[in-house]
Order: sequence, then C-alpha cells, then structure tokens
Amino acid sequence: MTADLSVDFCGIKSPNPFWLASAPPANSAYQVMRAFEAGWGGAVWKTIGEPIVNVSSRYSAVDLEHRRVMGLNNIELISDRSIEENLREIREVKRHFPGHVVIASLMVESKREVWHDIVRRAEDAGADGHELNFGCPHGMSERGMGSAVGQVPEYTCQITEWAVEAATRPVIIKLTPNITDIRFPGRAAKRGGAHAVSLINTINSITGIDLDTFVPRPIVGDGSTHGGYCGPAVKPIALNMVSQIAGDPEIGLPISGIGGISTWRDALEFMLLGSTTVQVCTAVMHRGFRIVEDMIQGLSDWMESKGFTACTDFIGKSVPHVRDWGKLDLNYRIVARIDQAKCVDCGLCYIACEDGCHQSITKERANGRNVYTVVDDLCVGCNMCSLVCPSPGCISMVQVDEGKPFETWEMRIARTGSSAAAWAESMGKH
Amino acid sequence: MAVKPGAAYSPEAGFPEIHPAFSDAEAKIESGRCLYCYDAPCVRACPTHIDIPKFIGRIHTGDVMGAARAILDANILGGTCARVCPVEELCEGACVEVALQRRPIPISALQRYAVDHVMHRRMRLFAPGAPTGKRVAIVGAGPAGLSCAFELRRAGHAVTIFDARELPGGVNTYTIAPYKHSVDFCLEEVEIVRQMGVEFRQGVLVGRDVTFEEIRSGSDAVFLGLGLGHTRKMGIPGEDLPGVWEALAYLEASRTAPPDKQPRAKVVAVVGGGNTAIDCATTAARLGAEMVMIIYRRGRADVPAFPYEQEIARMDEVLFVCNTLPVEVIAQNGRASALRCVRTQPGPPGPDGKSAFEVMPGSDRILGADQIIMALGQQPWEAVPGLENLKTTRGGLIEVDPVTHETSMPGVFCGGDAINGGGEVVDAVEHGKIAARGIHCRLFGLDAARLGLPGDNGSPRQTWHSVRRPSDIRPPAPAVAPAHH
Ligand SMILES: Cc1cc2nc3c(=O)[nH]c(=O)nc-3n(C[C@H](O)[C@H](O)[C@H](O)COP(=O)(O)OP(=O)(O)OC[C@H]3O[C@@H](n4cnc5c(N)ncnc54)[C@H](O)[C@@H]3O)c2cc1C
Ligand SMILES: Cc1cc2nc3c(=O)[nH]c(=O)nc-3n(C[C@H](O)[C@H](O)[C@H](O)COP(=O)(O)O)c2cc1C
Ligand code: SF4
Repeated sequence: MTADLSVDFCGIKSPNPFWLASAPPANSAYQVMRAFEAGWGGAVWKTIGEPIVNVSSRYSAVDLEHRRVMGLNNIELISDRSIEENLREIREVKRHFPGHVVIASLMVESKREVWHDIVRRAEDAGADGHELNFGCPHGMSERGMGSAVGQVPEYTCQITEWAVEAATRPVIIKLTPNITDIRFPGRAAKRGGAHAVSLINTINSITGIDLDTFVPRPIVGDGSTHGGYCGPAVKPIALNMVSQIAGDPEIGLPISGIGGISTWRDALEFMLLGSTTVQVCTAVMHRGFRIVEDMIQGLSDWMESKGFTACTDFIGKSVPHVRDWGKLDLNYRIVARIDQAKCVDCGLCYIACEDGCHQSITKERANGRNVYTVVDDLCVGCNMCSLVCPSPGCISMVQVDEGKPFETWEMRIARTGSSAAAWAESMGKH
Repeated sequence: MAVKPGAAYSPEAGFPEIHPAFSDAEAKIESGRCLYCYDAPCVRACPTHIDIPKFIGRIHTGDVMGAARAILDANILGGTCARVCPVEELCEGACVEVALQRRPIPISALQRYAVDHVMHRRMRLFAPGAPTGKRVAIVGAGPAGLSCAFELRRAGHAVTIFDARELPGGVNTYTIAPYKHSVDFCLEEVEIVRQMGVEFRQGVLVGRDVTFEEIRSGSDAVFLGLGLGHTRKMGIPGEDLPGVWEALAYLEASRTAPPDKQPRAKVVAVVGGGNTAIDCATTAARLGAEMVMIIYRRGRADVPAFPYEQEIARMDEVLFVCNTLPVEVIAQNGRASALRCVRTQPGPPGPDGKSAFEVMPGSDRILGADQIIMALGQQPWEAVPGLENLKTTRGGLIEVDPVTHETSMPGVFCGGDAINGGGEVVDAVEHGKIAARGIHCRLFGLDAARLGLPGDNGSPRQTWHSVRRPSDIRPPAPAVAPAHH
C-alpha cells in the first residue's frame, strides 16, 4: 500500500521521483533493469561519449565513527564502453520497461555537429531525454569537457543551444558545484533553451593522505589526483544550491535534485526545496538498489500522515521559507532547557557553551553528579548545546515570548535611521 | 526470596514482563547501531525471514509504521515473537555485532517497539484480497492456524477456524510462561487476524462437536493446526494425588486464574529438564515459592533447556537436582508431600545417542515438596476421528510435503507442532504461511515452488497472494549479462 508518487518532470512522466544518477549504478542494461525491478522510477545512464580508459584505484572515502562512506571521492571518467554498446542497451531497457524513465547523459567534444549527432542517436535509441554532463570535475575537464564547460556560463549556453537544436525531447543541464554562484550557470542554461537543470555534480576534493607514503587517496602508484566528492557529506551544499536555483526568478526551470540522498527524508528535503525528481549515486553504491523500497515506503507513509495525495502537494513548499538574513525576525527568541531526568552527566553541553559559545551554562555538584543549568538571560539561543547532547530529548530549545512584534534588521534600520543606531538599540536590551 | 526485586507476581501488577518495552530514545539509539547487512545472518536465522535490517532502518529514519509493516508482512505474530522467541538461538545469536565482539542489536526489542506502535494505535496495515469464492476450514486457532488464516485472507479466501478452547491463540494464549506476555496481549494480537475477516468458532472440538467429514465436505481445503497432545505420564505410584500438577495445566492456571486461585506452594519440585520445566520453575518462583527444585534424571550438562532459559532459572535461584529419578510420590493426609527418588549415574550411550543413565542401587532418598509439577514432554497430536488414515512418521508426527505442507489426504494440509513435534511459535507461523500458499496453489492449479512467501526477500520469486492463473506468474527478469570491464 503506497501513495501515488508519480511525477511529471518537464514533460517526462515518471512512476516515482527516485532516479539513479548518472554513475556506475547506471552503467549497463543489467544494472538499470535490476534497479527498475527494485522500484527505481528512472535512471540517468552513465555518461556516454568517446569511450575512455580508467586507472586503478579509483575511489576513496571519509568515514564517521562506525558509519562508513559519509563522503565518497572518485577519479573515474565517463563510460568506458562504446557509444554503440551503451545506446543498444538503452534501447533494450526501454523495450522491457517502457513506463520507466531512461535519460541519456551525454558528453562530447565542443563541436556543434558532434552534439547534434549524439543527441539524435540517443533519441533514436529511445532515451526519454538528455542530461548534458557539464559537471565532471576531474580528468574530463583537462580535455575541455565536463566542468570546463560548466564553469563558463557562455560555453554552457552555447552547447545547450546546440543540443536543443537537435533534440525533440527534454534537455536537462547538469550543473557543477565548483563555481562561486550556481545561479550564473543556471541562468546560462535557461538562456540556451534548456528544459530543466539537475544538480549537483561532484565537488573537487582530496579525502586524505597515506601518512606513510605521502600519496593522497585514491592511490595510483606514486600519485593521485583531485577527485569528485559526493555522498551524505555533500547534502547540505547541494540543498543550498538547489534552493538558490529554485528561488531565482530568472531561472524558473524544473529541478532534479542530487547530492547525498540516502533515505526518503533526504529526498523529501530536496523536493521541499523545489526538486521534482531526485537522483542517487553513492547510497546505491554503498547499499544496493534495494534502498529504494524504503524510500518509496517512507515517502508514501509520510504523505499519508500529512494527508498529501500527490507529490505536487509539497514540492517547493520550503522555498518561500528560505530568505535573506535581513528578512528574519530579530524578536524571535529561544533558550535552551535541560531535562535533568534525561541528563547523563557527560558535560558536553557545558564545555561547548563555555569554550565555544556564550558561557551560559552553570555547573554544580549535587549528590555525586554534576547538574548543568542554563542561565536564560545569557543564552542567545544558538542551539549548540542541543546539537552536541548525546541523550535524545534531553536539551530542548523553547521559545520565550517577550511580547515584541515581528521586526527584521531591514525594518529596524528603517525605524532607527542607521545600522549603528539599530545595533546600539539591539545591544541595549541585554 | 529468589526472584529479582520487581519480578515477582503481585495482584496489582500481575507478572512483570521479563523484558520491558523500549523508550523512543532507546529505539533511536539501538536502531542506529544496525549495520544494514546484505543477505543478513539475522534474517537467515529467523524462521519467518523478517527483513530485519529493513525494519530497523525504518525505525531509525522515523518510519515506525513502515517498520511494523515489514515485520507483520512476514510474521503476523511478530508481536508475540518479539516477546517469546529464543532470540539467542535465532536472530540475535546470528547478529554480526556478536562476531565483532559487541553486543548484538536488540532485534526483538526493536521488533516489539515497532509492532507495539501500530497495535497501540490499532492501525490496520493489511487488507483482505478480492474474494476468490473458495472456502478453507482451519482446525486449531494456535499460531499455525492464525498465520495460515491471515495469509489465506490476504489472498481472498473465506476462512473459518474451529478451535476446542474458549479463547483463541492455542498454547500461545494459554500456556507460555506468564512473564513473557499476557493473555490480554495475545487476544489483542488475534484481533489483527479477526479484522481480516476470519470467522472463529471457539469451543468446538472437531471429532466430537462436529465431525471431520462435515468440515471437509463444507470447504475446498482444510488446514490442521492441532498442536501437540497430552503430557506424558511417568507411570509411578502417587502420580494422580492432589498436589501433583501436569505442567501445562499448571502454567495455564498461573496465567489465567484469579489471584486467590493461583497454584501457589512453599516448596515446589518440577520433574523434567526441558524448556517447559524451566517455565514452571521460574513461574513458581515468581508466585512466591520459598524453594524451587528442578529434578532431572541425567547430569547437569545434559539439561536440554536453552541456555538462556536456564539462565532465568539460575537468576531465580532455582535449584537443579540432577542425576535424580523420582520413583514414587509420597502422600500425607491425602496430598502429595514428597518424592521418593533414586540417584542415577551415566551409563553407556543409548540408541538415540543421548548419554543413558543407570540407577545406583540403594540410593533412595526423600525430597519434601508440597507441590510437584510433571514436565515430561508431550505426546504427538491428539487423535481426531476421521484422520486415522493420515500418514505419520515413525514418531507419530503428521507427514507433509515440504513445499506445500499437504498431508497424505488430498486437500488436507498441516503445520505447527503437529508436524515438528514441538517447535517455537515462529516455526508454526512459517508453517502457516507455507501451507496457505500450498492451499492456494492446489485450489488454482499453480506450482507452489515458483511462488515466494512474504518475507522471502532474497528470492526473486513473486509472492503468491494475487496469482490466480499460471499465466499470472511473472517470467524471470530478462537475462542480460552483467557488464564486465
Ligand atoms: C510450556 C510451553 C512453553 C512454550 N514457550 C515458548 C516460548 O517461550 N517461545 C516460543 O516460541 N514457543 C514456545 N512454546 C511453543 C509454542 O507455544 C508452540 O510451538 C506453538 O504454540 C505451536 O503452535 P500450533 O499452532 O502448532 O499449536 P497450538 O498452539 O498447540 O494450537 C493448537 C490449537 O488447536 C486446538 N485443537 C487441537 N485439536 C483440535 C480439535 N480436534 N478440534 C478443535 N481444536 C483443536 C487446540 O485447542 C489449540 O488451541 C512453548 C510451548 C509450551 C508447551
Ligand atoms: C564513481 C562515480 C562516477 C560518476 N560518474 C558520473 C558520470 O559519468 N556522469 C555524471 O554526470 N556524474 C557522474 N557522477 C556524479 C553522480 O552522478 C552524482 O552527481 C554525484 O555522485 C552526487 O550524488 P550522490 O551524493 O548521490 O552520490 C559520478 C559519481 C561517482 C561516485
Ligand atoms: S520472529 Fe523471532 S527470530 Fe524472527 S526476528 Fe523476530 S524475534 Fe527474531
């Protein structure tokens, strides 16, 4: 029993919003069909282009205590199989799964005819749309492709135009996060006539170094190279970039959200920030296609609990809640509360506040254990103590109603006349 | 005396549960420890193949209802199993954390947490299938019968259960050690099955109140979930004196009788060394006995009860009197007051491989006890007129086909203790699932081996409930070779 999770993404109908990202899990017909059997609604094929050769080793990761692969770094290139083989397998998958979505991820030389040719061949093979890989940050960029295109808005616009000229199906531009402001390549894609954007691709990274040989990982003999970072660690960065695209009035394109999605909760966050579909790579590489069963069930159960019947009921619901700092309420005030019954006496909240924050927690010895108490007048409501506390539900942040009206920094400056006056008034309240 | 503070029976609190429920915080922390193994050893160790990493992961992400769904899909008595399964021998014993020299994930406590979540809220997670027009009769409302009934309703068959007792649930409701779960809990769990549209006819002994032939001719198939028969007799003088209890009657009385009618005594001797003997001894301790002995005829190391069960008895300060064989119950004022016993010593191994024992001459001794509980194991199933021709094993157990659980009588299926001579609740549940598929496949002419069971997740086979024609069986996924580089 699951809710209707189907979505319409720039005209492409998908049984659910969960797609495989263009990456090793979407490398072959064998894998994509296994994924569809498991419940994935679509797949963006591993990027197709002039086939390449890879090195070994290829991946390295960052662990967090006993949780492995919180971040994954790779130095692989695009597909190492021929264009013909990939297109033949796309055709095969579409024959067996006509109702599922297959997007061809493409990356070729920056020449108009070459782009026209690959787009036509992909459509001929039955791909439901194209994703132009302007994001790969390593290897391919040295050859003038991938992020070398995505980092220059003019190139992004130009190549998007070439692809759109030849295409009869939607063209999605996959954006690189390795830029200063994601909105510029996003706007370039829009100008070039793109039907949608997907983001993020991987982030330039070096995950660590072998302390004996001094070679960074992943180790290729006596050397390494910077790779692309992905997995749970990149989710906050990706969410921010998605919200920037979603909130930009100049762009207004459908979004396929990518970056660190492992559970239905992650996926939902991307959707609340405006993504119609989401794409997953690392979590599948870590745990297999089966995770989608729990994503589908979890999202469906959540929708049921909220009374939502379609994904359009909630896609983008968080976008209006992301605003400029200057539009936040200065008079909203919270303080920390420690539930003594749940306190395990670890002292972490105390030392976090004492050394890193605002020295607002007191420590007293009673009956052989320490009792920690928050001094309301000193607490600025920063959240830090509640973030470090290991005992669930022990520290809560509660609102103190001081009876003051909603007032933002912009409003306060307008009222007091200058930022100096606004600051002085604000400090005076302590 | 003996039992841990807080574990003893009291009229207000009844029998305190041996494992209290998890709080939200415990569930969050413990579920976060699960490594989400692939083809997990714990799943393989569970007879019903609950997808344990899946349900634990769902708890951890806050989808507790989804967790319960994963559990109950594979085991409709998941709430009972979470309380009574010998998990050290099953899922938790197989947990990889044990191999990592760490505490296993508390699978059963998390399972209980998820199932309680939906039971407390009376959530209905399953719906009956579209009616098939077929009718199945089930004899026995124990775990096997309940599981079979639930599965058959999912597929849309009409189901009536005939059961001899006043309350449904079989041994689970009446006899399991009272500190593991309560009668009320068991009945609430039965409601999940009843709500699927199962008709219960309690208090009907098949073979006496209605004939087997009547049941068989009134339905398209029959499932037998008969359980085991009576407890064996020792055949010693005085065995029928007042003050001597048969183990199952003793446990039933302690679970169901009002406080003033409970079978209390000061000095209790339990004869036998199996799990049932332990249940009796630990129950007697919780009911306030001053001294409880287990009298076992072989050596201490031969006691067959699970180590975990023996540990409960040890914590309750139950005395193990081993190498001791009762030969007579001695009476005083017409009531049992003592056991005359002889010492035994190991003899040459018998034909069953167990170390045999021989009596030491002249070793008579008298052990005083004002209550004697006989826990000597049960006979195979209780005979039912009309089933005389059922093919049985040499040990008297009903024989079934392993894939369909059909007996030698066409259209008559069987599972639970009646075919394994006494297993666990979780085994009976799995038998009910297998037999339900077998019944369905017989009624629709399908090959049961080609269809999977719920919880059968490692298998590519499709689950059977909605399959009604051979052509509904999905062909295996297109064979495309993996891409090698
Ligand atoms: C003392 C004791 C303690 C146990 N403790 C545990 C434990 O801790 N954990 C665990 O997992 N398992 C335990 N078990 C085992 C478990 O209870 C059984 O394996 C399980 O109940 C078997 O289920 P069943 O459906 O096959 O039979 P039963 O539960 O025996 O149910 C059979 C039902 O069929 C009815 N019936 C039989 N013949 C007829 C007839 N002719 N007409 C109508 N109705 C009939 C009976 O009245 C009964 O209600 C214990 C068993 C005992 C005896
Ligand atoms: C080994 C590996 C290879 C990848 N190859 C491609 C690729 O060929 N084309 C592409 O567009 N993205 C590629 N990616 C990036 C992913 O599609 C995705 O954008 C990124 O991994 C972030 O998602 P995640 O956090 O779910 O992994 C690759 C990622 C990895 C880990
Ligand atoms: S049914 Fe029993 S063995 Fe299976 S998971 Fe539950 S507690 Fe473990």
